[in-house]
Amino acid sequence: MDFTKPELEYAELLPLFIVFGAACVGVVLEAFLPREQRRLPQVVLSMLAVVGALVATIVVGTDLERHTGLDGSSALGLVGAEGSIVVDGPTIYLWALILVFAIGGVALFAERQLEGGVSGFTGQAAALPGTDTEREASTRGLEHTEVYPLLLFAVGGMLLFPASGDLLTMFVALEVLSLPLYLLCGLARRRRLLSQEAAMKYFLLGAFSSGFFLYGAALVYGYAGSVSFAGINEAVRAGSANHGLLLAGIALLAVGLLFKVGAAPFQAWTPDVYQGAPTAVTAFMAAGTKVAAFGALLRLLYVAFGGERWSWVPMLWVVAIASMVLGAVLAVVQNDVKRMLAYSSVAHTGFLLTGVLGVQSAGELAEGQYSSLEGVLFYLTTYGFAMIGAFAIVTLVRDAGGEATHYDRWAGLGRTSPLVAFAFAFFLLSMAGIPLTAGFIGKWAVFTSALSAGAWPVVLVAIASSIVAVAFYVRHIRLMFFTEPHPDGTGVVTQSSLLTSGTVVVCLAATLVLGVLPGPVLDLVTSTGDFIR
Amino acid sequence: MDNFPILSVLVWLPLVGAVAVALMPSALSKVAGLGVAMATLGVGAVVAISYELDAGRQLREEHEWIEAFGVHYALGVDGLGLLMVLLTVLLVPLVLVAEWVKADDPKGTGAKAFVAWALALEGLALAVFCATDVFLFYVVFEATLIPAYFLVGGFGREGRGAAALKFLMFQLAGGLILLAAVIGLYVVSAQQGAPSYLLSDLEQLDIGTDAGRWLFFGFFIAFAIKAPLFPLHTWLADTTEKATPGTGVLLVCILDKIGTFGMMRFCLGIFPEASQWATPLVIVLALISVVYGALVAIGQDDVFRLIGLTSLSHFGLITLGVFALSSQGGTGAVLYMVNHGLATAALFLTAGYIYDRRGTSLISQMGGLEKVAPVLAGLFLVAGLATLGLPGLSPFVSEFLVFVAAFDYAWYVGAIAVTAVVLSAIYVLWFYQRAMTGPSPEGLLESTGELPPGTDHTDQAHGATAVATRPMTDLGVRELVAVVPLTAAMVLFGFYPAPLLDVSNPMVADLMEHVGIQDDEPVVPPGDHEAEEGESH
Repeated sequence: MDFTKPELEYAELLPLFIVFGAACVGVVLEAFLPREQRRLPQVVLSMLAVVGALVATIVVGTDLERHTGLDGSSALGLVGAEGSIVVDGPTIYLWALILVFAIGGVALFAERQLEGGVSGFTGQAAALPGTDTEREASTRGLEHTEVYPLLLFAVGGMLLFPASGDLLTMFVALEVLSLPLYLLCGLARRRRLLSQEAAMKYFLLGAFSSGFFLYGAALVYGYAGSVSFAGINEAVRAGSANHGLLLAGIALLAVGLLFKVGAAPFQAWTPDVYQGAPTAVTAFMAAGTKVAAFGALLRLLYVAFGGERWSWVPMLWVVAIASMVLGAVLAVVQNDVKRMLAYSSVAHTGFLLTGVLGVQSAGELAEGQYSSLEGVLFYLTTYGFAMIGAFAIVTLVRDAGGEATHYDRWAGLGRTSPLVAFAFAFFLLSMAGIPLTAGFIGKWAVFTSALSAGAWPVVLVAIASSIVAVAFYVRHIRLMFFTEPHPDGTGVVTQSSLLTSGTVVVCLAATLVLGVLPGPVLDLVTSTGDFIR
Repeated sequence: MDNFPILSVLVWLPLVGAVAVALMPSALSKVAGLGVAMATLGVGAVVAISYELDAGRQLREEHEWIEAFGVHYALGVDGLGLLMVLLTVLLVPLVLVAEWVKADDPKGTGAKAFVAWALALEGLALAVFCATDVFLFYVVFEATLIPAYFLVGGFGREGRGAAALKFLMFQLAGGLILLAAVIGLYVVSAQQGAPSYLLSDLEQLDIGTDAGRWLFFGFFIAFAIKAPLFPLHTWLADTTEKATPGTGVLLVCILDKIGTFGMMRFCLGIFPEASQWATPLVIVLALISVVYGALVAIGQDDVFRLIGLTSLSHFGLITLGVFALSSQGGTGAVLYMVNHGLATAALFLTAGYIYDRRGTSLISQMGGLEKVAPVLAGLFLVAGLATLGLPGLSPFVSEFLVFVAAFDYAWYVGAIAVTAVVLSAIYVLWFYQRAMTGPSPEGLLESTGELPPGTDHTDQAHGATAVATRPMTDLGVRELVAVVPLTAAMVLFGFYPAPLLDVSNPMVADLMEHVGIQDDEPVVPPGDHEAEEGESH
């Protein structure tokens, strides 16, 4: 058997190489630098890597060539790395989005002022909670700088995930993005047990869902005789025997991905993980993972199983409705900010799926009408900024025990710190989809796609759950502005460094601009074009 | 001058003013806010002067806003829009004057916040009345809720937080239903090949019967919550009770008009077939609102609840006028919107003055005011008589037109609607009798407490414990300035409604032609009106 050397398109895949390369360098730094000197090089390296990759993405994106697929469809981009990585318009947009969110992630990771000179990560992860070893690590002011390479590996996985050209690459990307996140979730400095519980839950359920994904990949291979999306697409359109195999395969693959995006009924991990993980990790994970996993889901469903649309759209109807209803209703009964945001993210997954199931072929759309792919991409943009901004504010509101996430601590915040409270209220309003915020335009885009595709029952449920969702967002705003402070005192907004406050300001600006003048970004999304098939 | 974007100036001036007020030192905020409101009133006057009576929708501006969705920043006014704009620019400065002292309430969020939110509300409401793109309309329609929410939640009486939440939930629910309908409308226009949100395109759209009826209901429910109409009115009295009188004016006299405004412009304008089809149902709801609102108002002891519920009755009559689908009804409804704004604003503000003086909003705790404060009592009586439709005051004209339209529609509809006259006489006059006449309670004439002025009129007042805490005085100059223009306008338009009719008639005629109704000009043209009135005296 001949083994030919794979050919890699280094120029086009540069963003991936930069991020993975920097991650490896980060590991080496960990090994060779003394403990006290690691932080600065790591932060600078990560920031440079993420920004560099973003620049590379933009450069790659500006001169994509037209590629004609097997079925005669044509879109900008190329199929690289022997068919396993696809760099097309949506990939570039998703890359840019993930990298922008990663910049925010690095900034939040590097914040030290809030904990009085140390990062929000535990000093020594191996120390058991409540032991002398832990206390010693804490008094010596130890820090885990491994978090930066871990973050970079996760970012690399996220970049690869939506760019995968076949099921195996997608699976590898899934693992590369998940494993560092499992670890990061367990590294909170405060409330160690909660954090470790979160990591454990996330890991167990995540491993389980990876199993589903693999099983599904095997079944689909059995049906199509190929793991590449182009090959599967061809087989699906040709319609070979064993249709049941295909359906089971789609279902199992979907379970794996729907777990990652946190859709009901696979949402059980979300509140615990969002609450237990260090808030910086939650912020990055909530935005980045959702973007990457939705990109992967879109590619899998639209490219590989596009011909089988009528099989998976009904499934998505059920999942979308379940996510929206469950997320919105359960968020109402929360009394912890992070859990409330977690359940609201489940509801947002439902809204995003509403956009995904609004798929229509180009011929069915009117001239100049927004497609569902474009709608979902835009929604992801608005959602990510609001989530990162909101969680960044959560890191600021503190009491003696660290972050004050209980509702009682937020009562009356609007009087003591009006600016922070207004910023948080603005993010909540955006998530609620109030006009003149980014979230409204995002909702508008996905609802239009879904209604245009005839999915009016889903849209009606989406409207109903939006009403429920508004209730808990507005209740929180009322809590901040119109409720008397709790007798035990209100959380105090701690002065942060520019890293956190800058992130909040950027997210706030993005949320406002995308709500008032979304035109340029919408045009950018339109110009990305379609997936390469 | 032809291409000068006067409507943009009108809309943006108060919005920019709101931001400026929010940023400036608190000491200046009231003066600056009033200045902005007066400047907006000036711009409104310029709009009225540039308006040509028979030119349809005019002063248009149209720019691409979000190209990807086919959304335009498009403004323009017709007769209805112009009257609503003028009502808004008139009421906001009066509210600021009336709330001059109260906004300083130490338990509230401060005068600066009140002025800034009120100006923001003004700008957004003006944008609602001027928007000729459905997407833009929707955006500002929803955005008005934010300032309204903070106005209700931040100022007023105990329990306002819950009231504000209820208000917002109702309104947002309506807004989201409207969202579905607006998107549906876009999809229908996309299916016909030319997706657009421009009102001028949508009015020409051929919507299928089924789709049209569903979409009509989406729009109608949203507007029925706004207006409000039975059975979607339950937020109204709670909100007016807890809010300050000024906020009540902004909500009931301006924001709620968006409901009936929207019914005319969007329900009738875009869905003429569905509107005709739904008329029986709407008229039944309107009649229930008229009678039920008035009956419940009679039983109220809290003056602000009472005024809120009278508005339910009035909005029922406006809706009746709109959906009677005739020229009389349409013109009556348009005039009614203006007149209700004037009369109810006067009622709210004078009731607020009573509340300031007595420290209670419970009618049973009042009594004997007219001896001590005759001017206040007189102005209150004029506002009340206007509300019950006394000839010679402007609401009479509009109410009369609506009744005529109701009788034309069906005699029994007219018969039920006319009971409003009797019921409103009961709630107004009985209210006046209890609050103003009778013996003056002890302590009205001399001081019983040492509280300085300006701190005695908040939050304490809900129960029987409330007593007068300072000597009763009659209205001061500031208070007069806020109410007398309203009274003057009611008297003026009561005797000489021609300007209002001239503005609204062409617009109503166009609308009726669009809906496919052919009938004559309203029965009460300006000339005949004096004769009518002579007879009724």
